[in-house]
Amino acid sequence: MTIYNLYIFDRDGQMLYYGEWTRKKQSGMSREEEAKLMYGMIFSIKSFVTKMSPVDLREGYLTYCTNKYRLHLFETPSRIKFVLNTDVGAQGIKELLHQIYTQVYVEYVSFNPMCPLNKPIESELFAVKLDEVVRQSPAYASRPA
Amino acid sequence: MTIFSLYILSKSGGLIYQHDHNLPTIENEKTFSFPLELKLDVQNRNVMVSFGQRDGIKVGHMLVAINGMKVTGQQLDDGRDALQVLQDEANYPINLKFARPRLTTNEKIFQASMFYPLYALACQLSPEPRSSGIEVLEADNFRMNCFQTLTGVKFMVISDPKQSGVDALLHRVYELYADFALKNPFYSLEMPIRCELFDEHLKTALEQAERPGFSNV
Repeated sequence: MTIYNLYIFDRDGQMLYYGEWTRKKQSGMSREEEAKLMYGMIFSIKSFVTKMSPVDLREGYLTYCTNKYRLHLFETPSRIKFVLNTDVGAQGIKELLHQIYTQVYVEYVSFNPMCPLNKPIESELFAVKLDEVVRQSPAYASRPA
Repeated sequence: MTIFSLYILSKSGGLIYQHDHNLPTIENEKTFSFPLELKLDVQNRNVMVSFGQRDGIKVGHMLVAINGMKVTGQQLDDGRDALQVLQDEANYPINLKFARPRLTTNEKIFQASMFYPLYALACQLSPEPRSSGIEVLEADNFRMNCFQTLTGVKFMVISDPKQSGVDALLHRVYELYADFALKNPFYSLEMPIRCELFDEHLKTALEQAERPGFSNV
C-alpha cells in the first residue's frame, strides 16, 4: 500500500500544487510539461466517460487502474481537480481526497488571504498539513524496500 | 448485473467491432405550462437541456418528442422548428419527451479512437516503471474493462460496476475473435468484423456472463 503523488489543478487547467511521496519513475520531462499532459489526459478521460456512460453520471469521482498503479480523480463542484496516484489495492481514497479538499485545501488555501486563487500554492503550512494527512491515511504505508 | 456494450479496437486504434448488448433507455415525458421551467439549448444540432433538472429530466438530455410528435434534430416531423413551437404561448400546455442521447455510429468510432491515446498516456504518466495502459476505468455507475492482447488488439466491455467475471468474458471474446474472425478467410486484418458466426457466439457469451454465478468459461 502506498501513495505515489498528487496533482491539484484549478478550473482552467493550471497546476496549483504537486506533491510527491513514493514515486519510483519520473516521466522524463519537465514538471510543467507533465502537468499539461496529465491535465490533458484527465480532461479527455472525463469527456470520454460522459460520452461512453450508458447512464447519467452523478458524482465527480472516477478512477482507473493499470497493472501497476491506480489513478483517482476527484472534482469539486467548483471544478478544482485532485488527482492522486496510489498502488492498485488502495482503499478509501475517495474519502481521503475529500478530506484533503475540506480539511487542507479549504482551511489553508481558501481561508488564507495571502494565498491568491488561481496561482500555484506556495503556502508552507498547506504543504505540511497535506503531508500530515497523507502520511496518516491507512493507504499510505511504504512498502518494504 | 448488466453488460452494456462491447467494443473491439484494432492495433492501430480503429473501431473494428461494436455491439450494444443491454443499453437502458432513459426517457421522461412531462406536460409543461407556459413559462418552461427548463433552459433548452441547441448543441450538435439537437435540442438539449442545459439547466433545470427535474422529474428525472437531466442536463444533457435531448428533446425527442413534442405532444407525441417526433423531433429530429431541431425539426418536428411536420416541418416546424421545435424551439419556435416552444416559444409560442398558444401551444401550451405542452407535452415534452426527453431522452438521454445514444451515441451515433460516428461518435462511437470517434470515442474509440480517443481511447487509444488515453491508454498510451496512462502508461507514460505512471509513477511506477513498466506500467501497462488503462485496464479498468470506473465511474460511479459504470465500469469499463479493457484487455489488450499481445498483438495490440483491445477488447473493451462496458458493464455495471457490480458485474463479476468480466475478465473471463474478455478472454472468451478474444477466443471467439481468434476462432471466428481470424480464421475466416474472407476477413482481412484491421477491417471491421462482419461475420455472423462471431455475432452469434458473442451474444451467447454475453448472455452467459450476465447470469448470476458465472465465473469461468
